Amino acid sequence: MNKKKSVSWGALGGIVAFLALVILLENITALIPAAPRVLLPTSQLFTVLKKGAVYSLVVVSMNLLNGFTGLFSLGQAGFMLLGAYTYAILTVPVAQKDTVYYLFGGSAVPFSLQDTFGLVFGTTGVGGAVSMVLGVLVALILGGLVAAGFAYLIGLPVLRLKSDYLAIATLGFAEILRAVFQWQPLGPITNGANMLKSFPTFSDFNIENASGQTVLRLSAFVPMLIAVICIAIIVLLINSSYGRAFKAIREDEVAAEAMGINLAKHKMLSFCISSFFAGVGGGLFAMYAANAQAKVFTSTMTYELLLIVVIGGIGSVSGSIIATFLYVACSEWWLRFLDSELVFASPTDPGRLAFIVVFAAAVIAAAFLAIRAIRKKEGHTLTQELPVWIAAILLLGWLVYFVISHSLKLPLLRNGFRMVVFSVIIMIVVLFFRRGIMGDRELPDVLRGRRLSARKSTPKHAEKEALK
Amino acid sequence: MEYFVSVLLSGIAVGGQYALIAIGYTMVYGILRLINFAHGDVFMVAGLVGVYVSTWMPLYLALPLVLVLTVALGFIIERVAYKPLRSAPRMSVMISAIGVSYLLQNTATYVTGGQPMSYPTIPFLSDTVTIAGTPTRWAVILTPFLVLALVVLLTQLIDRTKVGMAMRAVAKDFETSQLMGIKINSVISATFIIGSALAAIGSMLYFTNYPSITPTAGAMPGLKAFVAAVFGGIGSIPGAVIGAFIIGICENLVKSTQFTVFSDAITFALLIVILVFKPTGLFGEKATDKV
Repeated sequence: MNKKKSVSWGALGGIVAFLALVILLENITALIPAAPRVLLPTSQLFTVLKKGAVYSLVVVSMNLLNGFTGLFSLGQAGFMLLGAYTYAILTVPVAQKDTVYYLFGGSAVPFSLQDTFGLVFGTTGVGGAVSMVLGVLVALILGGLVAAGFAYLIGLPVLRLKSDYLAIATLGFAEILRAVFQWQPLGPITNGANMLKSFPTFSDFNIENASGQTVLRLSAFVPMLIAVICIAIIVLLINSSYGRAFKAIREDEVAAEAMGINLAKHKMLSFCISSFFAGVGGGLFAMYAANAQAKVFTSTMTYELLLIVVIGGIGSVSGSIIATFLYVACSEWWLRFLDSELVFASPTDPGRLAFIVVFAAAVIAAAFLAIRAIRKKEGHTLTQELPVWIAAILLLGWLVYFVISHSLKLPLLRNGFRMVVFSVIIMIVVLFFRRGIMGDRELPDVLRGRRLSARKSTPKHAEKEALK
Repeated sequence: MEYFVSVLLSGIAVGGQYALIAIGYTMVYGILRLINFAHGDVFMVAGLVGVYVSTWMPLYLALPLVLVLTVALGFIIERVAYKPLRSAPRMSVMISAIGVSYLLQNTATYVTGGQPMSYPTIPFLSDTVTIAGTPTRWAVILTPFLVLALVVLLTQLIDRTKVGMAMRAVAKDFETSQLMGIKINSVISATFIIGSALAAIGSMLYFTNYPSITPTAGAMPGLKAFVAAVFGGIGSIPGAVIGAFIIGICENLVKSTQFTVFSDAITFALLIVILVFKPTGLFGEKATDKV
């Protein structure tokens, strides 16, 4: 008991330290103007932090449903849409309504939460800040509640379905929602197919002084804080008796029912809670994107979220968070260079030499790993190795050609290449590293070493169960 | 009246094109119990291949080549992305399918540069003809007949040939048929080949009617075709075809009213209704574990 307590205190301390680090990072250029360019407020680093925070909340909520309860739902984008629209509709300032809803001659929702709170706390200075924060928080929570309420309604018929039928039905509901929100007759509320904008975003949380200069940046800290609080609630839920019931349902429905777990109730609970946080995440996403638009929340978005869950490990919260930040950092920042053409200055450009070395090393390492994996299998034949050999020789042959011909331009780099590389990486993870980054373990388990996880269960068994 | 005829005609045409995709879904599901999410994207790639190939060679060579290349793509996808996961849980195969779909869409975006590509005009198919006072394309008239012919051919193949018998056996019981000496892998490959070939034919008919192909053009028809397969009772080919026609007609009826936005949504509404009230679909077998 004592040990457990110290672990949770340690986790709390770590989180607080991390949040403090985020604030420090955001404001370091104000304190030390000579700080590296990565830390400028316009840097991709902060885009990654913001988007990563938003996405990790949604991904963890999806993992709660798909990984911990074993309900394979693909409706996440739909619930995000509900949250985003609820948030946006309730927080477009009254003064901006006519501009935003100009096609419909104003909005059917005559108030906005922060203006309403403004009547109580005042609209300028500290009072204005309080009413803005309150308005945003209440709108986010309402967004989550709307998503959860809708989840309850569709859960009644849909949760009776199993595995892939549940997936396709929830996907269908998300598509229907998208159509409803683009329907013109609902325009005075949803602004039809146009986007909703002008509502408070993350940058509105930056604290300015009287002359309009930013004193303290909080635009990455705020989403991080909200995500941390929500994820902490989810983790507490998973570790509670409800969470154990969810896991029991995932492992074996019949056995769980025999143990006295009310299947319908717990499935519905998991579905609604997951949707609640997806809704909150949707609201945060609207804040991140500074607009809310139904056409963004497509099934492709859900697929993306699902793939992140898989990369992180189905049934691991910390895996989901790590995978989200890796995914967002790769797509928004690290792999950006793949999208633009690259021409080296001379054949001896250090960049070109580095590329040659890295490319050769990557091909040889990949081929070595692949061949070793094939040879490990029982009854392997040479024909199974052949494709690997051919691919490796072709790639190295091309590299030799690239070196000899003094070619300066890297081939293939063009708009869209990033996503191709990205999807290939995802396919490799899905095919060869099916357990993802963390499997179903959590970060503390990994840090405390393998002894614990070995005692818990054999990995193969765990994998089978987790993916059931 | 003329208006109604034109709506009905385009509904039947679209339904026929969905039917060609839906057969691929229903056959794969029947055998592997897998929603092949990548199937709609194979359909899109077939369209894109058609665009590129037809700029290099005359159409009478290009169209068969499209067929061959699409079949090859379907075969390779099965071998690379689904075969290694044969013993894995069903959900990981489905995730792999989603990954393939993502890969195909992103590759298509990269190759086309994100620009919509215009499909070549196929002589005769693209020509207009007037039926009951409404001008329409030959492709529209031809689609239902072509679909019916292909379905008859396919049912003959499944009922009369050895491969067909093997398919039916594998669909009934995967493991037992393996014990009976059926080469599972070749049967599954054959299924994917047939499905991809039909998707390629479907793409020729479908994209002749539309101005352009985008990398996401396959996603919606793919999902709708799957819904059609569920609607008709998954695993049943006539069911899939009838489901596809119903969905095509419903969609076009909705499109002709002021509820155009809901033309995609109506499909999913139908899906949910059928899943709730008759989970086995119109012609599905009784013993299923869907619910």
